[in-house]
This record gives sequence, structure tokens and C-alpha cells, in this order.
Amino acid sequence: MKRFAQLYRELDQSTATLDKRAALIRYFKEAPPRDAAWALYLLSGGKVAGARRKIANTRELREWIGQESGLPDWLVDDSYDQVGDLGETLALLLDDPVQAAPDVALADWIEQRLLPIANKDVEVRRAVVVDAWRTLRHDERLLFNKLLTGALRVGVSQRLVQQALAELTGIDIARLAQRMLGSWSPTPEFLRDLLSPDELPGDRQQPYPFFLASPLESALRAEVAPAGSTDETPEEAVAPDIVALANDPDAVARALGPVDDWLLEWKWDGIRLQLLRRDGDVALWSRGEERLDGRFPEIETAAMGLPDGTVLDGELLAWREGEDAPLAFTALQTRIQRLKPGPKTLADTPVRMQVYDLLELGGEDWRSRPQHARRAALETLIAAHGAPRIVVSPRVEVDSWTSAAQLRDQARERGVEGLMLKRATAPYQAGRRRGDWWKWKIDPLTIDAVLLYAQAGHGRRSTLYTDYTFGLWDGDALVPVAKAYSGLDDSEILALDKWIRAHTLERFGPVRSVRAHHVFELGFEAVNVSKRHKSGIAVRFPRILRWRQDKPMAEADRLETLKALAR
Amino acid sequence: MASVSDDLIQLRPEGLYCPAGDFHIDPWRPVPRAVITHGHGDHARLGMGAYHTTREGLPILEWRLGEQIYMAHDYGAPFTMGRATVSLHPAGHVLGSAQVRVEVDGEVWVASGDYKRQHDPTCAPFEVVRCDTFITEATFGLPVYRWPDTSEVAREIVAWRERCGERGEAAILYCYALGKAQRVLAELAAHTDEAVLLHGAVATGVEVYRRAGIAMVDTVPVTETDKTTDYAGKLVLAPPSAAGSSWIRRFRRAQQGFASGWMQIRGNRRRRNYDRGFVVSDHADWPDLMRTVRETGASRIIATHGNTDAIIRALNEDGIAAEAFRTDFGGEE
Repeated sequence: MKRFAQLYRELDQSTATLDKRAALIRYFKEAPPRDAAWALYLLSGGKVAGARRKIANTRELREWIGQESGLPDWLVDDSYDQVGDLGETLALLLDDPVQAAPDVALADWIEQRLLPIANKDVEVRRAVVVDAWRTLRHDERLLFNKLLTGALRVGVSQRLVQQALAELTGIDIARLAQRMLGSWSPTPEFLRDLLSPDELPGDRQQPYPFFLASPLESALRAEVAPAGSTDETPEEAVAPDIVALANDPDAVARALGPVDDWLLEWKWDGIRLQLLRRDGDVALWSRGEERLDGRFPEIETAAMGLPDGTVLDGELLAWREGEDAPLAFTALQTRIQRLKPGPKTLADTPVRMQVYDLLELGGEDWRSRPQHARRAALETLIAAHGAPRIVVSPRVEVDSWTSAAQLRDQARERGVEGLMLKRATAPYQAGRRRGDWWKWKIDPLTIDAVLLYAQAGHGRRSTLYTDYTFGLWDGDALVPVAKAYSGLDDSEILALDKWIRAHTLERFGPVRSVRAHHVFELGFEAVNVSKRHKSGIAVRFPRILRWRQDKPMAEADRLETLKALAR
Repeated sequence: MASVSDDLIQLRPEGLYCPAGDFHIDPWRPVPRAVITHGHGDHARLGMGAYHTTREGLPILEWRLGEQIYMAHDYGAPFTMGRATVSLHPAGHVLGSAQVRVEVDGEVWVASGDYKRQHDPTCAPFEVVRCDTFITEATFGLPVYRWPDTSEVAREIVAWRERCGERGEAAILYCYALGKAQRVLAELAAHTDEAVLLHGAVATGVEVYRRAGIAMVDTVPVTETDKTTDYAGKLVLAPPSAAGSSWIRRFRRAQQGFASGWMQIRGNRRRRNYDRGFVVSDHADWPDLMRTVRETGASRIIATHGNTDAIIRALNEDGIAAEAFRTDFGGEE
């Protein structure tokens, strides 16, 4: 495990993408395949322990570390509070062993020591965990704890790992990405196939990696300040002045050029879906790289009418026949959860797929062809083979950015989130690549809400309170309505963190309730009626727009105001 | 509303005060007589009538505070202030740092100032002073703070500098200009002969330490280099305030590290975007805080700054009376 701990340390220490990639390449070049397969799995966000594979829950870990370190529970909790990361806290509370045990390979740690004790009696699990703590040095102990507590969170994107593997092996990154979609087992066999230069039979069953649009605001931000934009910027973190720019057709024209170079479509608020009609069968894949087979039988049936060797990209929406607009996203949620929907569900909440791209036709990969050609072929294909359940997402025809902006203003009434802008000459790319696909969302709805709870963030924010819960007035009480993580700048985060620590009322595990005082302007895409939330509503994509230091909390908005916006 | 207390040292708006001796310890507002534990800015401030310090600490106060009325005392040598007998004892924090022992009518209080128990080649080691009441710092008062061996960390700093050199980068290490910088330079002497470049603020302090006879690795002020200098593979010591300033641009390609006890926690390093964090602290870690308060034999503990809550509760649960003074001392390191 030393080698992987060393990689973890290098990734954790480095702030430069190039260095991280170099460290990954070094690791994959040297590590034995069994270890490398697990490393790949862990770096991709895979977990060893989980709900179905219980090795130690956080309560047990805190209890055991208390026993091992001789510290009372409250001191373990205070320490966790300061560090913000449980795995790290556990590693810091113990001294290194005087003599470290001989190194055990990562794969052996997982396969021979951890997996066999999953779901076993507490004494069996405790013995293995505590023994590891006693024999591993700090860096390996930290990593070991990370295996117990969940994902690694070491600032490495899936794409970065794929870039390293592509550079190491010379295999096309798109193929690697495709082979890593969906669920796979961290075995040497998987790794061998992943890195195989030949076309494999399995390559045919895999979906293509999704091409993801970026917020138009980030193109406008690049206009304002050309430097410093990266692919890692959180997509919903958009400063208010940029929001104003997004309402200016001239700014859009400056950033994107003539409107004729672009294909415009509505931006749907549904589930992104890839439909594979291959080898006499149909498979549906979500953007979360999950196969959705069986959940949407009406789509699968309709897709059987498509010619073999077809792959479509589009949006799944709950939509009643004859209606002008789709049902709200919450309606669709009732369908996602049903593995095998019954007749009543199918009748109450019918779904359809609005398709907007063609990735494969006649068994041939069309992704490198220009957007307009894929679009034209898609329209022809659906005209010949479509069904009411599979519909082409209509083009939005405009003659200027000004008229596009006017149509965008009507988006909320149409039940869409705004417009999609796609460069007519662009190929279909993999992942979130800037430049050719932009989402031009409607201005967010806004409310002024009061900070009620705070929780420490993750990664580089793990020592700060950065995850906030906000409430609105209902009578003379404040009711929680939204959680938001992004939108404040670093100095505001520091100031608020200090205030939160000084004004904590109660602690509930990692969460603190604070004195109701500070008001924040929140932006969000939509409000839906929800039975699952105490407030009776659910807001979509909430984020902080501004800290309203000028506003007393009595003037924050009322719950009724928000409910009136719900659909 | 004057509260009557028999405490030898009391918390007043201007700082820690000893009524029997009519003097203050590290006051933050102007007073006639101040006993100063060490030269850091939150402990040694301008505006006092007279400054009592250690002989070793005198040049440091002269550097930080300029011309003042100073009384320099040898470690362990008692002097009289009013009804109190006062003596200064090594605190192991930085050169000349002291704990203040105050004795009145047989009762003994010790104010620790800032202290550490780890080996430090630049200053006299901490001396355990038996007392009835011990006023302790608590900057790192949580059990996650346990310091690694500093010599080992010095080795890591050298390895980091070499790695930077291979990549054509300078290695800028931020550390406080008084104490930390000199300790790092002294520790480095055992591992390298390569001269270290210094920011002006650090260079002045290094000069003070050299005059005091502290052995350190060779140093060159950055001002003595010019535009043609190749900084690749050079270690540069600078105060944390230089981070993000135009001063660091001259190094063109550089990695930035920070030497501080706070670097024990990854989140602190990542939040400030340092490439590397090196755990070197001039404060006591948790095990040493707990060990020290016990070794003093004190029946009452007062914690002044840092994570006071945890140390107070932990001591109280162990049957040692502990409480806090809210002081203006910072947790900066």
C-alpha cells in the first residue's frame, strides 16, 4: 500500500494538473496490475466499503479511535470538528508505530483483509481495523481510513486519470472513457481490456461519453477576464454581474459571433439519456453512467422501431400526450425510483424522449461529423422511424441574438430552463469541453433567506463551514427551504466561518445551528411542490448570489412567496 | 464594582497584571512596567514605560521595538518588583523567550508565554518550574496536533528543494521572520551546505541570531542577487506576508511551502493553496501541553490562547482545576 499512499500524497500535495498527471503516469507504469486496477477504481470514485458492504461506520470508527488513543468521545468529536475530515482525524490521533509492519499490497489489503470482514460481527471488524492502525505509518493510515470512510476526494477528475492512461498507453482517450462507463470490477482482467489497443466485443455495448454543455456565463466571463478560466470551475457558481451580462445580446454576440453559426434548442429540465439500439436490443444509459433498463418500458418499446446500429442523445421528460409543456421534474422523480413501473404509474406519468443528437447511424460512429449534419440526419431518421415517445427536440429559429434573448425570456412559461446553443460545425465531444455547446439559462428566481445551519465542506474547504442551510419566514418561525454551497468568495467564506463558530447555538454531529441573523440572496432555477420536504416545496439548483449584510433578518422573504412560484 | 481577588496575576483590560508587583506581562495597552516573555508582535508591543526581558531576548526587542527603556535579566536570576519576587525561565519558544515566575508570600505563579518542549538549536530548552498556578498557552490544544521530529522535516525540506531544482523552480518557504526562520536554518545546517536566500524581513532576524552566536546554514539576502540570477533549486525564506506580493515574481518559476504547526491539517494547506506544508511549530503540541501542566505540579491551570476549551475540559475531567483568560494573544504561527 506504500506505493499508492505515495501517489495519494503526491496528488494531494500538488496544485498543478501537469504534476498530478505525471504522478499518475508514474504510478500506473510501475504498479502491479492487481494494485493498479484497484487504484483506478478508487481514483474514479469507487468505494471499498458501503451501505451493503459494512466494514465500519463513522460511529464505530470514532468509538474505536477513542479506545485506541485513550481520548474521551467529546475530544475525538472536537478534533473531528477542527480537521473536518474523519479519515484524517483518525490518522492524526495516533502516533506512528515504533516499527512499521512489512508492506502489504493495496489489492491484498482490500481483497484479503477488508472485503472478507464486511458485514461480519463487530469484534471481527474492529480487530482488523485497529490492527491496521497499530501497524501502518501516518500516510498509509490516512489512506487506509479513506478506504473505510468512502471516496478518496483527492482532486483528481476522471478525465485526468484517463489522460494519464492515454499518455501511458497511446490508446485514444475517448475509447478509454467509453470503456470505463457504467459499472466494472477492479480486476487485472478489466485493466487489461481497458488498455487493449484492439477493438473488443464489449466496445459495442458501451455508450459514448456524454458531451456536456457549459454555462454561457463562463464564455462571457472569459470575455471580461480572459485569464484563469479552467474546466474545474463549479458550473453553478456565477457572479451576479455576469448574470447581468447574460441578458445583453451584444455581449453574447461578442462572445459567440454571428447567430447563424449556431443551432438553438430549448434546454429541457429532464434526465439526460443515451439510447443505444444495437445488435437487436435497446439499452438506456443515464449521464450518471447507469443503465436504466426496465424503468422506462415505453421508450424501450418505441426504440425497437429504430434501425439497428443507432445511438441517440436526448432528454427524458415526463410529458402527457396532447400537452404543450412537460410535467415538472418532480413528476419524473417518481419514475426514476420505480424499477418496474406498474400500469397506474405508466398512465399517470408517461415519459418521452426529446432527442437532439445522433452519435451512431448504421453502426457507424458519427461523432466527428459536424453538428448540422448530425442534426439533419437525426431529423430524417426520426421522421421515418419515430414514434410519439421519441421526438426530435425542435430547433428554435431566430434571426438575431436579440430575438434569441426574447425567446429565452419566455422559457419559464414554456416549462424549459432556457436555450441550448450548439455550434453548427462542432463535432460531438467527450465531457465538459468549452467552446461549442453552451447552456443559456434563464435568470434565476431569487429570494432573501436567513442562514440557519452550517456544516463543514469537503476537500480544501474541510476546515471551514461552507455548506449552508437557509430558511424563510412562516408565521413567526423560520423554516428551512434550501441548502447552498457555492457563491461566496474566499474572504466572505472566512468571515462567515468565524461568525458561525462564535454564534453556534447547538451541534448535531457535524451540523451547527447558528443564531438567525444573516440574510443571503439565493438564486434557483425553479420551485416544485414536494411532499418529501418539510416546507412543502423543493428548490432546484439553489446557490448564493449575494450576502445581504444590508438587510435585517425580519425583512427576509416569506415561505408563501416561494410557494406562489411553485409548479 | 472593583472585584477583589487574591490572584497573583489577573486579567485586566490592558493585559495580564500582577497587583503585588504592580507590573504587566505582555500587555496589549500602554502601561508603566511590562515584563515581556518574547519578541513576537502579539506579546511585545510599543508604548510601555519600561521593558523587562531576558539578556538573550534583549537584542530581539531592540530589533522589534527600537530604543526603549530595557531591563535585561539573566535566566533564573530573581529580581524584586514591589512585593513580588520575579524571575525569568527558558520557555524554548524562540531565542530569549521566557516564562515569568512570580512569588508573593510563598505562593508561586508561572505565566508561560508561548513555549515548546521540542529540541530547538536556537534557544535554551524549556525549564519546568514548579508552581501553584500555571498560566499556559493552548495554541495547539487538540490531540490532532502531535509534532513530527523537526530534523526529519528539515530533511524533507532539502528533498523538496532538490526536486524543485530538477524542475527548474525555486523553493519559497514561508515562515515567521522571528524564530521559525532561524530554527529552520539551524536545522538545515545538519543536512546541507547550500546557501539559503532570505527576504529582507527574515535577513534582519537572522543577523540578530548570528550575532548571538547561533549556528545556521549560510544565507544570502535576496537583495544581493540580481536579475541574472538563476533561482532554480534555491531555497528562499520569506515571511508569510510576502505570499501573493509582487516580491515573489522575481523567482518566475517557484513552488511555495509553509512551515507551521497549522500545516498538520491538510485542509489548512489546501485552502491557502501552498504546494507543500511542513509541520514545524514553536508551540507545544497536545501531548506536551498535557505533560507540561502536570510536571509543573500546579493545582490550578489558566489557559490563555488557542484551543482553550478542549484543554480546560480535559484537565477538569482529570481533576485539575482549569479555566481560561481571554487575552489578545494571537494564534498566529
